[in-house]
Amino acid sequence: MKLPTLRDVATEARLLLIGIPVFLWTMIPIYHMFLFAISPKEDAFSGKLWPDHPTLHNFEIVFKQQHYFLRDFYIQFWNSLVIAAAVGVLTLVIATAAAFSISRLKVPGGRIVMNLALFTYFIPAAFLAVPMYRTMGNYGLLNNHWSLILAMVTIASPYAIWVLKQASDKLPVELDEAAVMDGATTLQIFRLVYLPLMMPSLVAIGTYAVLLAWNEYLYAFLLLSNDREITLPVALGNFLAADDSPWELLMTTGFIYALPPAAIYYAFRRYMVGGLTAGAVKS
Amino acid sequence: MAITLSGDQSIPAPPLSSRLTPAQVWGIALIAPYLLVFLAFVVYPVCYGLWLARAPANYVALYNDPIFARAAVNTLIFLVIGINIKMLIALFLSGFFAQQRTWIKWLSVVFILPWAVPSIPTILSVRFMFNPEWGVINHLIFSLTGDDGPNWLNDPTVALTMAIGVHIWKSLPFWTLILMTGRLAIAQDLFEAAEVDGASWWQKFRYITWPSLQTLYITCTLLSMIWTLGDFNSVYLLTGGGPADLTHVLATLGIRYLRLDQLSLAMASIVCAMPFVVPLMYFMMKRLSR
Repeated sequence: MKLPTLRDVATEARLLLIGIPVFLWTMIPIYHMFLFAISPKEDAFSGKLWPDHPTLHNFEIVFKQQHYFLRDFYIQFWNSLVIAAAVGVLTLVIATAAAFSISRLKVPGGRIVMNLALFTYFIPAAFLAVPMYRTMGNYGLLNNHWSLILAMVTIASPYAIWVLKQASDKLPVELDEAAVMDGATTLQIFRLVYLPLMMPSLVAIGTYAVLLAWNEYLYAFLLLSNDREITLPVALGNFLAADDSPWELLMTTGFIYALPPAAIYYAFRRYMVGGLTAGAVKS
Repeated sequence: MAITLSGDQSIPAPPLSSRLTPAQVWGIALIAPYLLVFLAFVVYPVCYGLWLARAPANYVALYNDPIFARAAVNTLIFLVIGINIKMLIALFLSGFFAQQRTWIKWLSVVFILPWAVPSIPTILSVRFMFNPEWGVINHLIFSLTGDDGPNWLNDPTVALTMAIGVHIWKSLPFWTLILMTGRLAIAQDLFEAAEVDGASWWQKFRYITWPSLQTLYITCTLLSMIWTLGDFNSVYLLTGGGPADLTHVLATLGIRYLRLDQLSLAMASIVCAMPFVVPLMYFMMKRLSR
């Protein structure tokens, strides 16, 4: 074993000098939220780094819906879940079909559709929200979960199509040709050749769409307003309406709400990093 | 000749389906769902919105609204200063995270958290930290100095700076990750050769890293600017546009008009940003569709 030289120590110290501030900067808001969640009401405001009497009482209140702001917690959680799942499935179906059509079947005009989709991808979300709100009103969908699902599918599918098209362009053409020789129909190629090979990208895109929908605040807050129709983030925003909001409960609910996306992200990180950054880096 | 010609004319054009191969029919059928979504939820809203914003009176009203001018300036500050600072930090940190060390690998797993978790709870957490009466920051100031801390979010400059800070906190991990992937794609033997030649840290960056990274860096900066125009959460959840509507950006201002039932004003404020946004969008589309 070699002893570290002075130069190695200096390099390591310099790296730590960057690493420690980065760690603190990242963790402080999250730790602050966690601290509120495990503190009794009196302790939460004391400014201590660890509460004198850590407790799970706040979680109990949330799970038993024992507060005015939390009376619809379960149904709002369910709404978030259903909407995220629906957006994930619909985005996958629509985007996979479109990417297969553009990339493998070379449908006439496919390139134009791809460009239009990319153009949509670059519309700032808050700008599209204004006319989208009115459009959903015209379609009679306001306050209906479909309005949020369709809006999120609209926002998620351009990127989904683009990533899937990039991935499917990489599959060799000979695969399709061989399958056609063997008498496979288009549908069989899609089901038996295309889908299995695209699996990693499909997982990445499904995760992307689910997280996008679960995390969405602006569209949810515009399109849904009834207490039993809204999603969790909108309910969290509503806490702010009162001056005496129970912060510790807000932070507890926020913590519960933040857990699933973090878990999904870490579970699928392998796919996410490979599938999603590959597209962004190509330039 | 004439006979052939008239003969040709008498044959009716074959129906569409028989002129297309089965693959093409499938192609059209499979792309149709996206086209429907696109027509119903992009083309229709955009055209409808533009139609609502057509009256010149809207633009006169915007011109006379001091909140609009302030929001436009704030948006410029957010984009020009905020995004460039963010991207410079991301460029710097991408070099840090590209180091092959176990503890840096673990730190990068933690570092991605702000991007992986939803913004609303974390932004509200920051908002509570800076609460003048009960927030942990002013609590610390009081216990250290015995003085009351400032009312942070009540100063428009401080509030806007903090909104930019929250935006950076949220999206820095994503851009760092992208730039790091770009860095790792650079051939390692270039650095080894430079090391042998005794190149300094700056020379390695200037002559190896930057030339291979600059296209990606500029693409990322432009992309981040476009997306930040649509960043509603960082400002709305932290300051709500306040104090006195002085920290609005175009994203929150449009929604503010919408909530006040002034839809045509909301659309007009967005249309005002279009001359800057559409060229950027077109440029990015061209770049990514290659």
